[in-house]
Amino acid sequence: MSKEIVIQPVTRIEGHAKVTIKLDDKGDVSDARVHVLELRGFEKFSIGRPVEEMPLITPRICGVCPWAHHLASAKATDAVFGVTIPEAARKLRELSYMCEMSADRILHFYFLAGPDFVMGPDADYKERNVMGIVSKFPDLARKAVRTRHLGTVMTEIVAGKAVHPVAAVPGGFGKVLKESERDKVREMAKEVLEFAKFSIKFAKESIFPKYLDLVKSLAIFNTSFLGMVTDDGGMNFYDGKLRMMAPDGTYEDFLPENYLDYISERTEDWTWLKFPYQKKVGRLDMDLENPVGVYRVNALARINVVDKIPTPLAQAELVEFRKLFGRPAQQTLLFHWARLIELLYASEHALELLDDPAILSKDIRTPVTPRAARGVGVVEASRGTLIHDYETDENGMVKDVNLVVATVQNNAAMNMSVRHAARQLIKGGKYDDGILNKVEMVIRPYDPCLSCGTHDMPGRIAIKLDIVDSGGRVVQSLVPGG
Amino acid sequence: MPVRVIDEWFGTCAGCEMSILDMGEALLDILPLIEIVHSPVLMDHKYYPHGNNGTKPEIPEADVALITGMVRNEENKLLAQEIRNKSKILIANGSCAAFGGIPALANMFTREDMLDKIYKHMKSTEPGEPPKENVPALLDRVYSLDEVVKVDLYLPGCPSEPSLIMGAIKSLIEGKPFTLSDKAVCDDCPRIREKKALSSIRRPLQAAESAERCLLEQGYLCLGPATRTGCGGEEKVPRCIAGGFACRGCFGSLRTGGNQMVDMMSALSTIGLDVKQIPDRLATFNRFTGARGRLRPMKPAA
Repeated sequence: MSKEIVIQPVTRIEGHAKVTIKLDDKGDVSDARVHVLELRGFEKFSIGRPVEEMPLITPRICGVCPWAHHLASAKATDAVFGVTIPEAARKLRELSYMCEMSADRILHFYFLAGPDFVMGPDADYKERNVMGIVSKFPDLARKAVRTRHLGTVMTEIVAGKAVHPVAAVPGGFGKVLKESERDKVREMAKEVLEFAKFSIKFAKESIFPKYLDLVKSLAIFNTSFLGMVTDDGGMNFYDGKLRMMAPDGTYEDFLPENYLDYISERTEDWTWLKFPYQKKVGRLDMDLENPVGVYRVNALARINVVDKIPTPLAQAELVEFRKLFGRPAQQTLLFHWARLIELLYASEHALELLDDPAILSKDIRTPVTPRAARGVGVVEASRGTLIHDYETDENGMVKDVNLVVATVQNNAAMNMSVRHAARQLIKGGKYDDGILNKVEMVIRPYDPCLSCGTHDMPGRIAIKLDIVDSGGRVVQSLVPGG
Repeated sequence: MPVRVIDEWFGTCAGCEMSILDMGEALLDILPLIEIVHSPVLMDHKYYPHGNNGTKPEIPEADVALITGMVRNEENKLLAQEIRNKSKILIANGSCAAFGGIPALANMFTREDMLDKIYKHMKSTEPGEPPKENVPALLDRVYSLDEVVKVDLYLPGCPSEPSLIMGAIKSLIEGKPFTLSDKAVCDDCPRIREKKALSSIRRPLQAAESAERCLLEQGYLCLGPATRTGCGGEEKVPRCIAGGFACRGCFGSLRTGGNQMVDMMSALSTIGLDVKQIPDRLATFNRFTGARGRLRPMKPAA
């Protein structure tokens, strides 16, 4: 008798997704899917707004990475108005962004992915969450809570409002950074960098070595990778060209505004989340042994596509990572490792920006004039390449919007990861709490943010697993830890 | 006895959950005083436990429930009703839950028009059909939480303000009343007003001439006069103002249930401005408050 396992809700991916795993007559996995249950329709209701509203509206796509949308949008409006922003404005935008990036990396490692590794994948669910970390490692938890929050405090000093910001405006930045503010932020940035250094050392010594077997066995398949690089191949999250790297390490670079030649999206009738794929390949096939058109974004993709990282500590980590795992590294759980290298880069780069006196300039804004135009703005969001594409009429009102949001681009890979892990772990109809958690553990590396959300809060997987017969009747329910 | 808390989210960006984290270290200090009994983000409590075929979510009893996000689909609605039934105090946390928020701009279009755009007219998307299998049905429009169930307390803001969330939780723990300010953003704004009449509105396409003077008096549309203050936290400087921008209006009307658009239009008339100059008026004045019929489809569905 064939069965279907339903995991609902998958809390750390916005609370509004579920996983279904179909078992065949032998109890082996025949298929598995991630269903995303929500839609808000930003691309529709942005039409008709003045285009300068866009950097203010679109951050509401994601309260965890609002700066990614704020800046992709501001860059798209710069392009629509046809202006180059002053140097200090670019630095202020990027500084704000590095503050958010550091905070976001800390959040994901310590509060989301962390409990699985710090407490263990098979730990009691009552402890395998942030409360568990708080009671078992109170000093570490306090440090993580404090340093993550520093990201918000720093951004507030630089930009006034941290979550759903207003400071990046078409043509530049709306707030000058005073010397006294800079000095304050620099002290905080030093503390964040120290914590970043601690974090990667802690993970490499105490966390990752214990889980190398899982890293090598769960959700293993070969895909391409997409990420941003500077002209000389270095890491940058704010600006650059895009690089699509094939599984064999060869790559093609292209200008962000040409993304439509490289990315196409397909829809499915069982999820609201679309499936972007490589347009040049021409089709999408999520077959695990021979995937076609599948590419991944986010930390591991960026670590794979860059030739180097322009800050010394992160660069040293990149060299070590490549020695261990090659380029491109394909193991899904390595997203966690890559994310910590990025934490180091973001903290180092924030300090570089703060040490540059040009950031104090009062020349931060170029006036703009409405016109009919198209503008594309691209940044590397926490969760991957993020594309905003606007068209305006002669009054600068929005005529059309196209958004390719970071997490969406990992949709195919997340579905493949779940299928790979489920096949690996569920055989002959047998599974338990630990297995369920490990299925969840291959979604979490993507840090999914499906209507761009959920990964922000500490938590654990909240899932129900029903085994239903072909008539849809529940024949067995499994409650993890229950 | 610790206060039993439910934390749930609907159609949200998670910014209000970030606000909970942005209480910072103070959050760790109140953790021992509360017991979280249901929170898809915090703990493993299921909607549909053992034996249930998944039609009625099981929600435990609680002293207080915090809900973020707007109500957009059948699952949100069902959960709202169940949580209301099990909670003594229900808090709409953030402007989406309170008034619909930015996503309620979608109420200017029919659901069908929205789906048509997203599934058939996107530059990078091959035309397709919206999903039907394994996803909850979308409601006809965006609803605020209080259109679906009774709400006891509103914590407005986009996102909600960490100090206000903390204030509300502490009041509940200590059994003290909690109230929001009934003053306007202008009352906390450090910019200087000269009380001069205004003849025209400018789009924010260049820097304001004065960094000290009231932005509205310099011709930049600021919703401060019609917006409840409280977003500035300890420093009290309204956050958008601190970022060099005019107030966006995210805290909604000064009065619970008040109409921000009416308040703003009358504020503008008193300084001599013809509101017809403002493009995109409906969406501008109802930017965060499009639920409760404030924003409707501009043309009937074909």
